[in-house]
Amino acid sequence: MIAVKISFLLNGDPVTAEVPDQVTLLEMLREHFELRGAKEGCGYGECGSCTVLVEQEAVNACLMLAAFVNGKSVQTVEGLAGKQCRLDPLQEAFVEHGAVQCGFCTPGMIMSAKALLAENPRPSRDQIRRGMAGNLCRCTGYAKIVEAVAAASKRGCSCGESS
Amino acid sequence: MAKVLEPESGGVALQAVGKRLPKLDALDKVQGKAVYIHDLKMPRMLYGKILWSRHAHARILNIDTSRAEKLPGVRAVITGYNTPEIKVGFLKDNPVLKKDKVRQYRDEVAAVAAESLEIAEEAVRLIEVEYEPLPAVFDPVEAMREGAPLIHEEKGSNILKLPWKLICGDPDEGRRQADFVVEETFLLPWVTHCCLGTSGCLAEFQPGGNLTVYSPTQIRYLAQRDFLEAMAALGLKDKRVRVVSTAIGGAFGSKLDTYPFEFITILLAYYAGRPVKLVFSREEEFFATPARQKVEAKIAQGCTREGRLTFRDVEMVLDNGAYTSWGATTPSVMMMPISSLYKVPNVRYTARCVYTNNIYATAMRGYGNPQATFAIESQIDALAEQAGFDPLEFRMLNANTAGEVTPQGFKVGSCGMKECLEAVRESLNWNEKRGKRNGRGVGVGSLIHVGGGARIYKSDACGTIIKLDDFAKVTVMSGATDMGQGSDTVIAQIVAEELGVCIGDIKVIMGNTDLETWDVGAHASRTTFVAGNSALYAARSAKEQILALAASLLNEPQEDLAIKNSVVYSRRNPAVSMQLERVLRAAHFKTGGTQIVASHFYDPPTQMLDKEMKGNFSAAYTYGVHGAEVEVDRETGRVEILKYVIAMDVGKAINPMLLEGQLEGGAAMGIGYSLMENLQTEKGKVLNPNFLDYKMLTFADMPEITSIIVETGERFGPFGAKGIGEPPLVGSAPAIANAVYDATGKRVRSLPLTPEKLLFDADGSEERGGE
Ligand code: FES
Ligand code: FES
Repeated sequence: MIAVKISFLLNGDPVTAEVPDQVTLLEMLREHFELRGAKEGCGYGECGSCTVLVEQEAVNACLMLAAFVNGKSVQTVEGLAGKQCRLDPLQEAFVEHGAVQCGFCTPGMIMSAKALLAENPRPSRDQIRRGMAGNLCRCTGYAKIVEAVAAASKRGCSCGESS
Repeated sequence: MAKVLEPESGGVALQAVGKRLPKLDALDKVQGKAVYIHDLKMPRMLYGKILWSRHAHARILNIDTSRAEKLPGVRAVITGYNTPEIKVGFLKDNPVLKKDKVRQYRDEVAAVAAESLEIAEEAVRLIEVEYEPLPAVFDPVEAMREGAPLIHEEKGSNILKLPWKLICGDPDEGRRQADFVVEETFLLPWVTHCCLGTSGCLAEFQPGGNLTVYSPTQIRYLAQRDFLEAMAALGLKDKRVRVVSTAIGGAFGSKLDTYPFEFITILLAYYAGRPVKLVFSREEEFFATPARQKVEAKIAQGCTREGRLTFRDVEMVLDNGAYTSWGATTPSVMMMPISSLYKVPNVRYTARCVYTNNIYATAMRGYGNPQATFAIESQIDALAEQAGFDPLEFRMLNANTAGEVTPQGFKVGSCGMKECLEAVRESLNWNEKRGKRNGRGVGVGSLIHVGGGARIYKSDACGTIIKLDDFAKVTVMSGATDMGQGSDTVIAQIVAEELGVCIGDIKVIMGNTDLETWDVGAHASRTTFVAGNSALYAARSAKEQILALAASLLNEPQEDLAIKNSVVYSRRNPAVSMQLERVLRAAHFKTGGTQIVASHFYDPPTQMLDKEMKGNFSAAYTYGVHGAEVEVDRETGRVEILKYVIAMDVGKAINPMLLEGQLEGGAAMGIGYSLMENLQTEKGKVLNPNFLDYKMLTFADMPEITSIIVETGERFGPFGAKGIGEPPLVGSAPAIANAVYDATGKRVRSLPLTPEKLLFDADGSEERGGE
């Protein structure tokens, strides 16, 4: 195992870390930076609960090596709300529309939705469904999540800008 | 969005109850701040890992742990040979570390605690186990035969000594009275919970020998009792056990029992003298946690020419797997629809649970009801057809009604079954759509479930403690558990309504056995009803105290006083009022002052089932109807759901938004059960332990759900509410199977309804069944 030194932007702040080369982005975020919002639901790219944004794009952090984000920008659910806890419109919509039950899938859902809205600010319900098909939820039956994403998109939210 | 069919309003406008309020902990969860077991870390914490069996059935000849012990960073290595024996489960047939023999691939043979997960994994690989394979048996019918390999030799038979049996009226006479009879066999597969957060726990001993277990359990207090047994085995008889709930990443019944891994974690923490956390990988979650069991159900029902049901006769064989958890007691719930779904005077039900070398069976949302209702409700359609009735009309004819006492002795309070049937008829456009046989079809499936707790233990209670501070902020400590279903919010709404404060002033604490009073657990769709009532009566008692204090401060008779928007006022003379917080401070800051604390321990007015399995074991019964419109592709056999509707008699919707969440989430699980979920095993080995091969519904598969909430106002329910957690998946499978039949004329008697079964006669039950 070789340790690699990397520098990147984490939720807007420049950071550096020294991590073994086999460590995933998810492990680094959760263990090294103690950002435990992104979850490990499977560890092999099938559930989306580890979704974070790398260069504005949604990725499964469980599949990506930490070293890969060297020189890039990474955004996690912790970086969505402003410092005084002003929630992102997506977060607000998830709360208001009952899109959260056990909440384990929620951070990944919100980050996937964030990427979706950045690419397509006014998605149809079908586009939301297809765009988020990589994120599993066992509690909600997805209906309220679709509603929440649609509502956030209507608010002409800040999605797309970094917060 | 739900449509709400309300009863005549009582005239009082509610402030908090009935409102679409967000879930209280959603704010934390959308920010990634909720702490699940996966996120929990303690100073000097070690990581636990289990070595699983390599055989479905084998003798353990030798376990050599010497290499694992020598690995740097390893702090404890345990086996059944160097730890006291602890057996768990309903029949205590499951040693937490297997000794002498293994009965399943999922069996725990050894475990390690180490400084990192990687070291623990490496150490487990270094443990050498010598096995002598034994003949195994995987089919419960074969396992019942003379000479079959015995899973637990000392028991002398693979058939569990739990002879489930219920007889109401005279089923043979009922059969003679029938003009039409249908007899069939239905088969249901193993399916599993698929909680997005895998199982795990963290155990920590305090210096004096007391134990804390952090756990996403659904049964904080029963787990505490179980862990005390482990303490006794370790010689720590008089010590305390505290169970602290973490955020729960999904439960659905999977966390209703205690399992070997939890005791192993406790043992590791004890021997290592350090906190230990053990969390399952996704693969372990699939093969090592128990699941909803496989069932074979033979069923016969008959009716008269006029369409009245005369009897129902059901015989089941349940795969128990290698050990006994709550799966073995699901027949106690299966009895409920068998005896009491529709008015059927004569009923017989027998069930045998059989040990095999398969994974083992536990509780899962619905607790046997989905399996039983699939058989009953599929067959109701077949019987209606034979007797020449429209299936929905046939259901109306036999529907349950308020005030009836069912053959099993259930005293039905409110019952909105007919309203639900009518609502689904209208929503599906039933009269137009039915009976075309053109590849499109409609179907319904009704259900009954306990809605007022279920007295399966001697106590079905829940305790609540309420305190108010000097600023009129309310803290509610409830024994209940929130797994995401929203009981935190529902409890807060009930307290807010009763105390006349706003929901933002209420904090609900649940999750620490040192703090709250007892609760039996988050099962049987009981939390809104039982914990809700407990909170309601505790709030009422707090209110009485407050009003007594205010009466002397305001010089008004207590019975004229009320609280609204945190102001105490006189109903006769509203100008006489005082801020609630001022009342509280005036009561506190004086000589001999007081603060308001109230508690209530609520146990519903029910009885345990007697020796004949009869009695009113729930204080209320929930009714509902699922309806589906499907299209079946003639070329591929694929079933597409065009419309899905659930009408549910919930008594009263305390929070319609969260309620819809239960209906939609339950429907998703039910549709998955109907169309795709199947935990496949071959010779005891789980073949699809991942989300790629075990199919559950994704965004793309999910149809729109129409929720229709029927409010009948249950006399014993808090503000009229009944329980609702499980019913949203109970009627799915028959509704969809009946719609498929309406579309194609093909009756599939096994789940899931895969394209293969619809294209070919590959379904074994077709031959075994028939009329
Ligand atoms: S944990 Fe990364 S996709 Fe499941
Ligand atoms: S809210 Fe529980 S998995 Fe989505």
